[in-house]
Amino acid sequence: MLNPNLKLNPKIFNDDPSNPSGQVLEQVPIRKGFGEGLLKAGEADKNVVALCADLTESTQMNFFKEKFPERFIEVGVAEQNLVTISSGMAAMGKIPFCSSYAMFSPGRNWEQIRTTIAYNDRKVVIVGSHAGVSVGPDGGSHQALEDIALMRVIPNMDVISPCDAVEAKKATLILAKGSQSKRPAYLRLAREKTPIITTEETPFNIGKAEIYWMPDVGLAQVGIIVTGGLMYRALVAAKELEAEGIKTKVMNLSTIKPIDTDAIVALAKETKRIVTVEEHQVMGGMGSAVAEVLAKNYPTAIEFIGVQDKFGQSGTPDELVEHYGMGKNSIKEAVMKILSRKI
Amino acid sequence: MARSKLFKVWYNVSMFLSDEKIIELEKKANDIRESIIEMLLEAGSGHTAGPLGMADIFTLFYFHILKHDPKNPAWEERDRLVLSNGHICPVLYATMAHAGYFPIEELKTLRKFGTRLQGHPHREYLPMLETSSGPLGEGLSQAIGMALADRMDSSAPFTRGERSRTIYCFMSDGELDEGNSWEAIMFAGKNKLRNLIVVVDRNNIQIDGFTEDTMPLEPLADKWRAFNWQVIEIEGHDFQVINKAVEEAQEISEKPTVIISHNIPGKGVREFESNYKWHGYDPNSGKSKEDYSMALNELRTLGGKIKSEHQ
Repeated sequence: MLNPNLKLNPKIFNDDPSNPSGQVLEQVPIRKGFGEGLLKAGEADKNVVALCADLTESTQMNFFKEKFPERFIEVGVAEQNLVTISSGMAAMGKIPFCSSYAMFSPGRNWEQIRTTIAYNDRKVVIVGSHAGVSVGPDGGSHQALEDIALMRVIPNMDVISPCDAVEAKKATLILAKGSQSKRPAYLRLAREKTPIITTEETPFNIGKAEIYWMPDVGLAQVGIIVTGGLMYRALVAAKELEAEGIKTKVMNLSTIKPIDTDAIVALAKETKRIVTVEEHQVMGGMGSAVAEVLAKNYPTAIEFIGVQDKFGQSGTPDELVEHYGMGKNSIKEAVMKILSRKI
Repeated sequence: MARSKLFKVWYNVSMFLSDEKIIELEKKANDIRESIIEMLLEAGSGHTAGPLGMADIFTLFYFHILKHDPKNPAWEERDRLVLSNGHICPVLYATMAHAGYFPIEELKTLRKFGTRLQGHPHREYLPMLETSSGPLGEGLSQAIGMALADRMDSSAPFTRGERSRTIYCFMSDGELDEGNSWEAIMFAGKNKLRNLIVVVDRNNIQIDGFTEDTMPLEPLADKWRAFNWQVIEIEGHDFQVINKAVEEAQEISEKPTVIISHNIPGKGVREFESNYKWHGYDPNSGKSKEDYSMALNELRTLGGKIKSEHQ
C-alpha cells in the first residue's frame, strides 16, 4: 500500500483515462515544477536571480523571466560562462539558479562548477534539465546519464533528484530559502511529463528519504530505492508484486547527497535485498551511492536498475526506458532475481 | 576625506598622483618585489615572471586606486579586485601583506602545509580573497557576475565624477587561450558593463614559451574592440601612466574597458630585466631565441633555486 502517512497522490494507480470517476492521474514534466518553484522563489526573495544558456523555455525559466526580466540573465550558448557568472553573483549576495540541459551543465562546465562554486563555496543552484533517456528524439548526445556521478563526487555539493513536478517545486523553494542547507546544489530535472506522485502535503526535506510503498502487513522482502521520474514505474511494479505475493518497500531517495544513511541501512536490515532504480548509468550514480553506504555499514545484496554502461539514442521516452531495462517489468525481474540470489 | 596614514580607508574622488606619492609607491613596489623573491625562495616553487611584472600595477591598485580597508576586508562597499590568473598569487599575497591585510611574516608560509597562503588563492583558507582561482579563464566571468549584481542593485544611474564602485579583474595574456575568457568578453561587451575594468598582463609569455609562438594573440586590441570593449594600451611600469589609464577607464560610460598592459616579466630584478627587452623576441637584439629561453628559465627558477611551473 502507499504509505498512508505521506499524503501521496491518491490517483497514482488510476491509469485508466476513461475511469468513470473522472480522476485521471495527472502527468507533468518535472522541469515544470522547477519553473513554477523558481517563479515563486523569485516572488519571495528579490535576491533570487536566474541565468540561462539559450534554453529559457525548455528549462522552464520563462515564467521567471516574464515576471522579473531585470533579474533574468541570458548568456547564450555558453555553459562555462553560465556557472562562473552565477558564482560571481552569489559572491554579492544573490541566489542564482542557472540552467541548461544536464549534458551541458554540469556536463560541459564540470570544472568551472567544481572550482568557482564548490571549491570557492558560492551558493549557486545548478539546474540540469533533460536528464535521462526520456529526453527522447534528440538522441544520445543530449541524454545525460552520467550527471549524478559527476556531481555527487564533488565535495560541498548537494545533489537532488525529485520524483515529480510537485517535489521539484518544493525542492526549488527550499534551495532558494537556504534554510535546510547552505551548500551549492545540483537539481536534476527531466523533460518528459511523468505522473504526479506527491501532493503539497507530502514532506520533502533535503537529505531525508521516505518510504512511499510498504506491505499491507508484515516485513518487506525487497527494498526498492528509486530516484527521479522512474518512481511511478517502481510503484506500479510494487503493486503488481504485492498481488503476486511479494512484499516490497519502495523508497524515494530524492536527495542523493547528503545521503540518508540511516534510512537506507534500516531498509537493508529489514529486507536484506535492495534494488536501486535510476535513469542513469549504473556506474557511479545513485545505486553506487547506496552500495557505498551499505558496503560500509551493512553489506547487502543489490541489483542495479539503470543504463548498463551504454549511450542513449533517439526514440520515445517510453520506448527508451523499456529498451534500456528501466521499465516496470525490468524492475519486477530485478526483484525476482534478487530473491533467487543466494545470500 | 583626508588621509592621515597610507593604510587608512579613504574614498578617492580624485585620483591625482603627486610626485611625493610616486616616490612612496616606488619604494613600496620594491619592498613587494623583495617579498616576492623571498617567499618564493622559501617555498621552493611557484611563479616568478608574472608576479614581478605585475608588482607595479598591484602596488598602485592597493595603495592608491582601490577603495578598500585592509583592516575590514569584508567592507561591503569596497571595490572588488578579482585575480583571474591565480598563479601569480605571490604578488597578490605580498601586496596584501604590505597593505596590512595580514602580517608580512606570514608570507614565508607560502605553499606550505597548513598555510593560509595556498599555492593558488583559496578563499577557504584566506577568506579575505575575492575568489579562489588557479584554473584559467574563470575570473572574468565572476567579475562580470559581481558587476551585474551591482547594476541590479544600484538605484541611481552612475553620474559623472561620482564613482560608486568598480569591479576590477586582472588577467594574464596566456589565459586568453581559454574559451571561457571569450564567452565572458562577449557577454560583457553585449551588456555594456561600464563598471567593469580589466587589466591584462601582456608579458608575452606562457608556460610553453612565447604567446605568439604557442597560441598567437595578436592583433589582441582589435579582438577586444570587436567584442565591443574600450581598449587602452599601456606600458605597465609607470605609475602615472597606469593611473591615467584607470582614470580614463572609469570615465567610459558605454562599454567595459580593458587595459592591455605591456609588462616586462621579471621587472624590477636588474639581473633578469637588464639582459633582454621582454616585449617579445626581438630579432634585432643580436640574441638568439635560445638565449631568450635560457634567460626565461633563469627567471622562472630564480637562477636554479626553485622549481618552476614548466618543469
